[in-house]
Amino acid sequence: MLSRTAADLYWLSRYFERAENTARMLDVAWNLSLIPFAVDAREEITAPLVITGSLASYQAAHDDIRVDEVMHFFTLDDGNPGSIFHCLRTARESAHAVRGKITAEMWESVNSTWLELREIRELGLEGYGASEFFDWVKNRSHLFRGATYGTSIRNDAFRFLRLGTFIERADSTARILDVKHQIDSAAGDGAVDFYRWHALLRSVGAYEAYREIYSEPINAERVSELLILRPEVPRSLRSCMQMLCELLPAIEGHAGQQSKRLAAVQFARLQYGDLDHIVDTGLHEYLTDFLRRINELADTIREEYLEVV
Amino acid sequence: MGPLSLPDVSGYDEMILPGGKVRDAYKGYHRWLLGQVHDGLLRKRKEAELQFHRVGITFNVYGEESGIERLIPFDALPRVIPAADWRRLEQGAIQRVRALNLFLHDIYHDQAIVRTGLVPAEQIFGNAQYQPCMQDLDLPNRVYSHISGVDVIRDGEGTWYVLEDNLRTPSGVSYMIENRRMMMRLFPELFAHQSVAPVEHYPSLLLETLQESGNGPNPTVVLLTPGRFNSAYFEHAFLAQQMGIELVEGADLFVKDGFVFMRTTAGPQRVDVIYRRIDDDYLDPLAFRPDSMLGVPGLLSVYRDGNVILANAMGTGVGDDKSIYPYVPDLIRFYLDEEPILANVPTWQCRDPKALDHVLAHLPELVIKEVHGAGGYGMLVGPAASRAEIEAFRERLKARPANYIAQPTLSLSTCPIFVEEGIAPRHIDLRPFVLSGKETRLVPGGLTRVAMSAGSLVVNSSQGGGTKDTWVLEDGSC
Repeated sequence: MLSRTAADLYWLSRYFERAENTARMLDVAWNLSLIPFAVDAREEITAPLVITGSLASYQAAHDDIRVDEVMHFFTLDDGNPGSIFHCLRTARESAHAVRGKITAEMWESVNSTWLELREIRELGLEGYGASEFFDWVKNRSHLFRGATYGTSIRNDAFRFLRLGTFIERADSTARILDVKHQIDSAAGDGAVDFYRWHALLRSVGAYEAYREIYSEPINAERVSELLILRPEVPRSLRSCMQMLCELLPAIEGHAGQQSKRLAAVQFARLQYGDLDHIVDTGLHEYLTDFLRRINELADTIREEYLEVV
Repeated sequence: MGPLSLPDVSGYDEMILPGGKVRDAYKGYHRWLLGQVHDGLLRKRKEAELQFHRVGITFNVYGEESGIERLIPFDALPRVIPAADWRRLEQGAIQRVRALNLFLHDIYHDQAIVRTGLVPAEQIFGNAQYQPCMQDLDLPNRVYSHISGVDVIRDGEGTWYVLEDNLRTPSGVSYMIENRRMMMRLFPELFAHQSVAPVEHYPSLLLETLQESGNGPNPTVVLLTPGRFNSAYFEHAFLAQQMGIELVEGADLFVKDGFVFMRTTAGPQRVDVIYRRIDDDYLDPLAFRPDSMLGVPGLLSVYRDGNVILANAMGTGVGDDKSIYPYVPDLIRFYLDEEPILANVPTWQCRDPKALDHVLAHLPELVIKEVHGAGGYGMLVGPAASRAEIEAFRERLKARPANYIAQPTLSLSTCPIFVEEGIAPRHIDLRPFVLSGKETRLVPGGLTRVAMSAGSLVVNSSQGGGTKDTWVLEDGSC
């Protein structure tokens, strides 16, 4: 497969995944900002800025951190390269460049997403409804994933699409989990903590999984275990790494030795990891290290497959 | 609104005879049409538009924000060509393209045509499209123009004429295929009752033609596009996908050790045949335009060594130039020893003093074109021009007569289209696509372009022209 084609496929699914994760994160922040807390609700609405590392660029353009402005910044703001609008436009451009390599149904799901998004943008987030918008983004992502999974032949095109998904998802899950460290003022009261963990689980679609797997009340250690180590949770770091480890060796040819090694090493660390080690290391330190490793892997994939000279 | 009625026509209409009767080839369609209502067809048209948008069958318009794509208007009334007419057109187009390929081989080798004096040397060697680098290069099957578009029209009397040949990178074939798919989706019953010759196998014929043009067995074929902002990008992607070949941009290819390679996820892979949709001047920045980012540095030297095939070859533009067009009937006689099957539009070459006198005396009746012009620029349409425009053009013509040709103003035939008010006649042309490999052939059909506004003769999609499905009806089907 052409390296440029592989790159477009990879970024197509990566940006779509990023749009979905952003919608998930905002959905939770939006809901939390509606709940009257004892503590300052600003923290909840600052969280997405911190998670995505875009606090500085937001503050450069805005005087104050306000719910409606943060929401606009992340959803329909053309000027923010991390906005859902920007992600879906980039995804659509990538799809356009490789439309000969994806099925008609995949292309239509991407293209009609873009056409609808332009209409939504005319209405504005308030006109369309914030919760409705987040549901719409998630549904469009489900549709694209379903079209991909249900119609794509299992070749390298499919593998590069999936690579983009899992690199982005691993990065996103780690960042969302790390947010507790980033925004948590000294331990809040029990109710606030419950809402926050609950929200975090919902943002990665893992609330039901927690209930299914654990019988104990929601707490930090179990949430960490669930989202880092559990193989049956599709957004856990371990699941993402397992997928990456299966995908990379399946790509045709002998390129990508270093990518395969990095992925295998990181998968082994999760597969044979345990919670005590994470707690001893410190969750924030552990996740910081993971983010460094996943980004190193992403860079290596780019060098070995996507920009081959 | 209720049932549909046919409009009155003047001049030659493809469907309707003067007095309101319907031509034989359209009888089957007309029976069906009588059973339709206006609102029903309106709904079908909306469905077609929605479908074209969803699938993304669009073209980019230069200068507009990226991501804004336009639909080419699609008309749901087919243009029908009876089998007998088609056979003549087919033979005529094949004959013409064979002669033009022989002409290109000749001018890049022995130049017999110049030595016999049939075509003046300066018409060839003074032409900007002439490529000296092609001299004495031997091409497989001696084919220069693998894919040719022969634009034909009917005049007011119904006679077929070739308006121009397209031997560089003719486009539009994807609409031929998509229009057929759309018609079969919208009106499947029409195809059950009439035998319309299929066109959907064009991509496999094209792939065969490209593979045949290579030197060895199982050549690796790619389609080279200028990229996603090119106006015909949809077609490039469509054809690459239909043929199952890679769609590459210049940056995906590189030259090493005398061969062309593409960059793949599994390392460099050799490329044998390039179906290029990039103009000559942009193919190799080392040989032509150094500022071009579209091409592949070093490509020309690999090509000269015979280690890669370009389709079409470089330097084919000299064969479809307006200055060569008047000679094509003579080329057919010279190279094939046959009489031309399809007529040229009578053309006066203003470089000839006698012709110039005639043209100057008849400016208000004629169409004057620049020899190297395209897209309707630098043109005078006599009957539509004001007295002042004609006089201004007269001065330009007298200053540089060799730069112009003149033709009579032809009244293109019409074909009914579906408009808001019902059915109305509009002017049309036809571009069949001729493939030249080991043999020369074409699929039965082509792209029919339509001038969407009443009376207009402009069918170009860049000027708002539309398209419709083109049916070649098998014998005994009407």
